[in-house]
Amino acid sequence: MTKIKSMADLRKLKDEVQSKIKLRENSDNPEQVVQIKVGMATCGIASGAKNTMNYFIEELEQEAIDAVVTQTGCMGFCYAEPTVEVTLPNKEAVVFGNVGKEKVREIINVYIKRGELIDGIIPVNFRTIDE
Amino acid sequence: MTDYKMHLLICGGTGCKASESDEIKNRLNHYIEEFDLGDEVQVVTTGCFGFCEKGPIIKVLPDNTFYVQVAPADAEEIIKEHIVKGRPVGRLLYTDPNSAKHVSDSKGMDFYKKQIRIALKNCGFINPENIDEYIARDGYQALGKCLTEMSREEVIKEIKDSGLRGRGGGGFPTGLKWEITKNVENDQKYVVCNADEGDPGAFMDRSILEGDPHSVLEAMAICGYCIGADSGLIYIRAEYPLAIQRLKVAIKQAEEYGLIGNDILGTGFNFKLELRYGAGAFVCGEETALIHSMEGLRGEPTFKPPFPSVSGYMGKPTNVNNVETFANVPVIINKGAKWFSSIGTEKSKGTKVFALAGKINNVGLIEVPMGTTLREVIYDIGGGIKGGKEFKSVQTGGPSGGCLTKKHLDIPIDYDNLIAAGSMMGSGGMIVMDEDDCMVSIAKFYLDFTLEESCGKCTPCRVGNKRLHEILDKITEGKGEMEDINKLKELSWVIKDTALCGLGQTSPNPVLSTIANFENEYLAHVQEGKCPAGQCKSLLRYDIVEDLCTGCTLCFRNCPVGAITGERRQAHYIDQSLCIKCGACFEKCKFNAITLT
Amino acid sequence: MDTINLKIDNKPVVVKKGTTILEAASGIGIDIPTLCHMKLDDMNIENKPGGCRICVVEVNGRRNLAPACCTEANDGMEINTHSMRVINARRTVMELILSDHPFDCLICAKSGNCELQDMAHKLGIREIRYQGEQSTYREDTSPAIIRDVDKCIMCRRCETMCNEVQTVGVLSAINRGFQSVVSPAFEMNLDHSVCTYCGQCVAVCPTGALTEVDETGKVVRALSDPAKTVIVQTAPAVRAALGEEFGMEAGTLVTGKLVAALRRLGFDHVFDTDFAADLTIMEEGTELLNRLGKFLEGDKDVKLPILTSCCPAWVKFFEHQFPEMKDIPSSARSPQQMFGAIAKTYFADKLEIKREDMVVVSIMPCVAKKYECSRDEFKTNGNPDVDLVLTTRELAALIKLSNIDFKTLPSEDFDHPLGESTGAGVIFGTTGGVIEAAVRTAYEIHTKKKLPKLDFDELRGMEGIREATIDFNGLPIRIGIAHGLGNARKLLEDIQAGKSEFHAIEIMSCPGGCIGGGGQPYHHGNASILKKRQMALYTEDKNKTIRKSHENPYILKLYDEFLGKPMSEKAHHLLHTAYFDRT
Repeated sequence: MTKIKSMADLRKLKDEVQSKIKLRENSDNPEQVVQIKVGMATCGIASGAKNTMNYFIEELEQEAIDAVVTQTGCMGFCYAEPTVEVTLPNKEAVVFGNVGKEKVREIINVYIKRGELIDGIIPVNFRTIDE
Repeated sequence: MTDYKMHLLICGGTGCKASESDEIKNRLNHYIEEFDLGDEVQVVTTGCFGFCEKGPIIKVLPDNTFYVQVAPADAEEIIKEHIVKGRPVGRLLYTDPNSAKHVSDSKGMDFYKKQIRIALKNCGFINPENIDEYIARDGYQALGKCLTEMSREEVIKEIKDSGLRGRGGGGFPTGLKWEITKNVENDQKYVVCNADEGDPGAFMDRSILEGDPHSVLEAMAICGYCIGADSGLIYIRAEYPLAIQRLKVAIKQAEEYGLIGNDILGTGFNFKLELRYGAGAFVCGEETALIHSMEGLRGEPTFKPPFPSVSGYMGKPTNVNNVETFANVPVIINKGAKWFSSIGTEKSKGTKVFALAGKINNVGLIEVPMGTTLREVIYDIGGGIKGGKEFKSVQTGGPSGGCLTKKHLDIPIDYDNLIAAGSMMGSGGMIVMDEDDCMVSIAKFYLDFTLEESCGKCTPCRVGNKRLHEILDKITEGKGEMEDINKLKELSWVIKDTALCGLGQTSPNPVLSTIANFENEYLAHVQEGKCPAGQCKSLLRYDIVEDLCTGCTLCFRNCPVGAITGERRQAHYIDQSLCIKCGACFEKCKFNAITLT
Repeated sequence: MDTINLKIDNKPVVVKKGTTILEAASGIGIDIPTLCHMKLDDMNIENKPGGCRICVVEVNGRRNLAPACCTEANDGMEINTHSMRVINARRTVMELILSDHPFDCLICAKSGNCELQDMAHKLGIREIRYQGEQSTYREDTSPAIIRDVDKCIMCRRCETMCNEVQTVGVLSAINRGFQSVVSPAFEMNLDHSVCTYCGQCVAVCPTGALTEVDETGKVVRALSDPAKTVIVQTAPAVRAALGEEFGMEAGTLVTGKLVAALRRLGFDHVFDTDFAADLTIMEEGTELLNRLGKFLEGDKDVKLPILTSCCPAWVKFFEHQFPEMKDIPSSARSPQQMFGAIAKTYFADKLEIKREDMVVVSIMPCVAKKYECSRDEFKTNGNPDVDLVLTTRELAALIKLSNIDFKTLPSEDFDHPLGESTGAGVIFGTTGGVIEAAVRTAYEIHTKKKLPKLDFDELRGMEGIREATIDFNGLPIRIGIAHGLGNARKLLEDIQAGKSEFHAIEIMSCPGGCIGGGGQPYHHGNASILKKRQMALYTEDKNKTIRKSHENPYILKLYDEFLGKPMSEKAHHLLHTAYFDRT
């Protein structure tokens, strides 16, 4: 990493990383990637989020689906851990709760492959600071 | 790839389920079949929308129509009118209580969203171990803005104007604290982040550190700039290994970018950060105890003044804020004090994160604007009481707080209202209790915790709480006397009046608030020898109903202490002096011949 | 603004900024009760944890009650020290303390001298409404100190003495909540710890949680054994304090009554440790001059400064904490041990009895002396040079037990030959006294001139660390003095860092020296008592006809008849010792 030496540098870096993310999200390229975020705070991990994440990586690799699987913090839905957010290209992110192995397979086969929603979506019930 | 044109999202939260959401789903599917829409419309069950008061809820995608209080009988109309003809069913739309108009939700109208995420803004959105993702979401912009565009005084004014108060429990105005520390002359000062989260049931600080560590680092640097400190220390309990690891990664990445270290953003401002580990002592959340612990001394409080802002870590002026407080700071700088202070109540601005737990459906971490009512939190966001049971009480403020009851459900939550109601904000634990919870036992539970966690320095906390606990124990054992209830009150008041630190001064709150709000339960224990919630084992009584007993001997064989006697085919009998109230006989009896009173 | 106006119990009072409510109140005759608080004026010793909460007062406008001992007075404060709210809280707090304290006052070592008992009396506690479990711990007995922490009320005074004043760091609060108690780490026994047995914890303990090992019974048994010749020595600081135990004014010299009492108790010979102090000066002074001489000749290996070695707690302190410096202190034994060694050889020979048939009892202001006499190097074939040590307090108890009306006793003189002493021996009991005595002798031996003035005011006082330069006829001798082990540590660290410019340093473990020893009558936090005892010793010195150790005729006779000369082989064998690394 290079040092950020000024406010201008910081703004530049922000624009860079933002456009990188936008590119990933909004490109029309059909090859574009699926993004999967797994809630990996202590509570998620305790409920099996690590296994869920590993299983996603393995299965997606086997299915040859181009996806980025990353960890993120607590989404706040303790009653539905592990929680996973899936963003398909050009679509709004969808959060799934209680994602064990079975659910991972369902998400991949039904939602990611066929674009059909499945039961167990957790609606976004909060506003963000930008709203 | 099937491409449904429409989705009907039906809430499958516990509250809505209780209102027949499953049946609604069945009927919707039935009419979808009937109109041969199976390839175009899909019905999906979701988790709780957090608007249970108006459930069952159906959200139609893609037009975002939001139906409330839907009944199974409405399914046909929704399919016929909305799906087939494209005409939303007006009578099922949400009516805005202010305008009395139906609201057909178009995007951006989030009337049902009771939560606003400020402190939790990045939790669950970014990869906490990747600083770029933080920067992409305005990370370190606030620090940059402070260092390049604002004077120390201007930043402090912004924080003061925002009305931000300490989220660790006390609610001291953050900007004022910064100003006091700034005004103390010294060539060495410290910024300390109190990450010694210790309330039973509270874990928002851990979640923030695990999900968004940079927001805390950025805020600490901003604080350092304001008060004139070049060193920050994060006091974190060693039981939070993941938070520690993520903080370490975050500090390293921020250092590599030069956002922490010397000459930050070329402004000449230096700020370094270190971690200090605590052994998980609750009392070390008290700032003087925390500082002593960091200095390698026994973690116990000392009398204030001097306050840490005058003489803190190593005798130097020290500003201590808690994690959640810090997490609010970058947002305040970025979005302005005015925006922040537009949220909340008159004296409590912004939001508060609560860890919602206990007998509630949607156990979770929530962030609501100050002024939200307990009812909204428990019933809307929390989805109501588990198993459809009766709400009894909600405990806020951890061991320092109190147990509130039905009559408090509609008070807007803020620092002052909670104190007026006999509880406190605390760090944000919120434990919901139902009819099965014995309030005397609850008071005892919290006192158990205080007893373990008292540092033992001052008499009222060390011995007084022990005596309170013993009296409560006596009452739950059924040996209480009327005099004991008075003793509890009198001793509680002396402890509050004389204890050295906040822990001791607030430790009797669970006792006082349960006596104030649930005195009848105390009386039932003492006068009738009964625990209304059926929780106090010593007050239970198992009896065999002679007429129903067949003499099958199953209870006799299962009693672990030989308290049951009786001949085969004759009614059996429980010797109360031997019975340990384990309930084994009660569970085994096939003839419902055993009663529990 | 440097002055503060406030009202306490409706009385206006003006105090300096920084004054506590407690101090402000005491200035106008309002005696707010305190229990954990202790302040030794002018000695920089204060224990103010604000823990007991007995001193709470009501401050108008304040949400809760304020502890008077650590709340600063503010302008305009209106304070009530005895409102109903305050009295109720104070008494409740006291009841809580008592509810976790054994009810065995009648048989407690501290009965009658217990600050907790006094407070219960003062607050008129007649009933303990909140009773329950009491904490119990095992008793910890060491050679000198007994810890009965069931009686600990967590005032933390001992902790302040052990950590802040003495920097020994043995006693501190452990555990949490109701289980918290003051203890060595891991609840180890004192005799496994680095405890020096200085006894300052005992000296300040308000209850019976810390007391000395009581050996009065053993002394009574020895005295009633016809086969034993029981001789007694009494340390200088005892005579300046014993009277307090009998209601006499602090600083009253009771030397003659003390001798009379000891004789009535049945000791066969009543001797004076001051005699051995004179002997110590002969040996230590000679050692100083030897080292100094070699140093002046350019000997690079010579160890300076020389450190005094009279104080057993100090010896144990450096053995634990500074073992690498164990060849710096003088090898001279303490006066107690020199006395024992001479008594069981020279004097036993004179009496023509075997050492086994002689019992040497010491009366000491000190609890560490109990430990010192048990050290192996002070035994011959398992028989100790000093058999039993009683503290000043124990002696008082023994006198009372023996129906002796101390106050009406006549003055009597010590026996010979080990009872004759000089003024130099007397001042051993106070900080600065050992080195002043050494200077009187070393000066005259070195310069071969008479000292024009014997009072070295530059060496006297109560400052924790003092320094002075004495002109030895053109040779400036730099003297350092420390009392309190924390102050000693500072001087030692300077020596280690090569920063010390002293030739000789006197160290005493207890604040004030032996007059403030752990075995002395309890001062209950009143530092003026120590000063009065100090003055008494200087008075006794002044009244002596002989005030220099090397002029003590019995000392000269002892060398003449028995030892030869200072640092002779025999003297080396009987009067010197070695130190051990105890880390």
